Amino acid sequence: MGVTVDKRANKRIAAIAGAGVFLLTVLVVVPWLLLASGRGDLMSVLTSVALLSVISSGVWLTFFIGRINIGQGAYALMGGYVSAILVVKYGMLFWWTLPLAGLFCAAASVLIGLPILRLRGVYFAMVTLTLTEVARLLAQALPITNGPRGITNIPPPGALEVFGVTLIPDFAQLANLRLGFYYLAVVLMLLCFAGMWRLVNSRLGFLCRSLQQNEELASSIGVNITYLRVLAYAISSFLGGVGGAIFAAIVQSIYPATFQIQESVNYMLYCFLGGLGYVFGPMLGTLVLYVGWDLLFKTGAYQLLIFSSVLIALILFLPNGLLSLRLPGRKQPH
Amino acid sequence: MEQIIVNGLYLGAQYALIALGLTLIFALMNVLNFAHGQMYVLGGYMTYLVYGLLGLPFALGIVASAVTLLAVGAVVEKFLFRPVLKKSAREESSMLLAAGLAFLFDSIILLLFGQKQRGVPKIMDGVQNWGDFTVVLPNDKIVVGVCTALMIGAFIVFMQYTRPGRAMRAMAQDRTAAQLMGVSVDRYGMLGFALGAMLAGIAGGLLVAITGVSSGIGGPVSIKAFLMVMIGGAGVVPGAIAGGFILGMMESFGLSYLRAYGDITYLVIFASLMVFLSIRPHGLMGKPWG
Repeated sequence: MGVTVDKRANKRIAAIAGAGVFLLTVLVVVPWLLLASGRGDLMSVLTSVALLSVISSGVWLTFFIGRINIGQGAYALMGGYVSAILVVKYGMLFWWTLPLAGLFCAAASVLIGLPILRLRGVYFAMVTLTLTEVARLLAQALPITNGPRGITNIPPPGALEVFGVTLIPDFAQLANLRLGFYYLAVVLMLLCFAGMWRLVNSRLGFLCRSLQQNEELASSIGVNITYLRVLAYAISSFLGGVGGAIFAAIVQSIYPATFQIQESVNYMLYCFLGGLGYVFGPMLGTLVLYVGWDLLFKTGAYQLLIFSSVLIALILFLPNGLLSLRLPGRKQPH
Repeated sequence: MEQIIVNGLYLGAQYALIALGLTLIFALMNVLNFAHGQMYVLGGYMTYLVYGLLGLPFALGIVASAVTLLAVGAVVEKFLFRPVLKKSAREESSMLLAAGLAFLFDSIILLLFGQKQRGVPKIMDGVQNWGDFTVVLPNDKIVVGVCTALMIGAFIVFMQYTRPGRAMRAMAQDRTAAQLMGVSVDRYGMLGFALGAMLAGIAGGLLVAITGVSSGIGGPVSIKAFLMVMIGGAGVVPGAIAGGFILGMMESFGLSYLRAYGDITYLVIFASLMVFLSIRPHGLMGKPWG
């Protein structure tokens, strides 16, 4: 008895310590190191990694209920456009458009998800793939999105004030805009993954796991599978929309080609590479693939060749993701 | 009107040939081959190499494409897909592998042949017309269309009446049962994958005579092939053929009737496909939950 309690307490302490070290690293050590060494460009890379991992974690959640989602690019594009249109055409404050973009995507995903979530396996994958293409073509055809020319010159996020207290300073007056966006992306990533961790280890998470294993069985013992899968899909799309909105704010523009099938496939790859059985898989997968791709830039024409060969080798030797790599003596969590 | 139908039929035959390979691979291995479009492009370049650059007969170019892709398919199945499918906890991992392969082929094609659009000399001159120019078709398109139709026919005969064809159909229906009946699933899986790749290569080789080939078209071709397979139902041979012809017709009609409203043909096709699939989730004749 005493031994198990001890073990559990130890595990808990280890987890808290790990989380603390991670927080300290991403919030203090990494920005300080980058600023001290004058590598501000790397900061943009890490900002992108943080944002992409948020978007991919949405894809991961749909994997968690047993669906292959290649449509996340559609929601990222939608979120980007909603935020951009609200900011540019209606003069709304960026910080309010952020949740609105997420909610818009979530609402859209409920409407789209109700019929298409009845599909499974490759059928769902293919429909979501076409969804990405539909979103791109829609953005090209609709008048409000300004066609292929897109929306450019989106102003940086303004100051957020509540009762005269400035919660978030005006990004246009920041001494270091990159640092501002870095913190925005990293805080969002932390919130997203903390929420995701909580969700997966809650009752809801276990119900989702039952969907992944056997929907009929889950349904027969009283799990409301329609509600659950639409909910999971809506959360996933919410994350996609928020990520896309921040992306549009960072590059200050959005085009129909900003999020295409290539991006949707990439989000899926990030999840796969990190490991589908692990909440933090998308984070690691995004970091490795995105930074790896950037590092290979110097190899010029051979970039794609080396990148894809490494990718194939990884999947060949670690088909269950990077996080399935364990130190000897530690047992698999699942 | 007649011209639109003829164009649709011609386009549909080619699409069907591409979709057949994809659906064969899916039926046997349960692998969604993301690299299918790239295999098609590779086939196109092989024909370009043999017929366009070396000046050998066009038929030889097609044979070269077929043989190359047959080998590529077999190697890819034996050394990549089979071990991954055996080791991986979730079947979807094969999709990552397929996407990685698509990148790999893309980069190899780019390194070997560059970015430029490549064309070959016309395989045949002249134009045929019927009914006082209501229907006009160039001779080379007719030759390619007939070749495509012959290939589709030969494939169906092969699947229906030969021993390996029967074995593969049994595998597609129920892999375990086929194995219990003494079908060597490893061998026929490899053969099926190689044949699927070969069909893509032949389609690419035939089409190079009409439209030429360029390194960037692999991805879009894959997506079109996915569409056709979805329309007809994944893993079903007649479904793939039907899907190919339906998409060909839709494209042909869309491009001539919807042009007035701007570039929305594909938007309409994709959107109607999504509606169609939510009403009929497994396509026209697919087995449920492929």
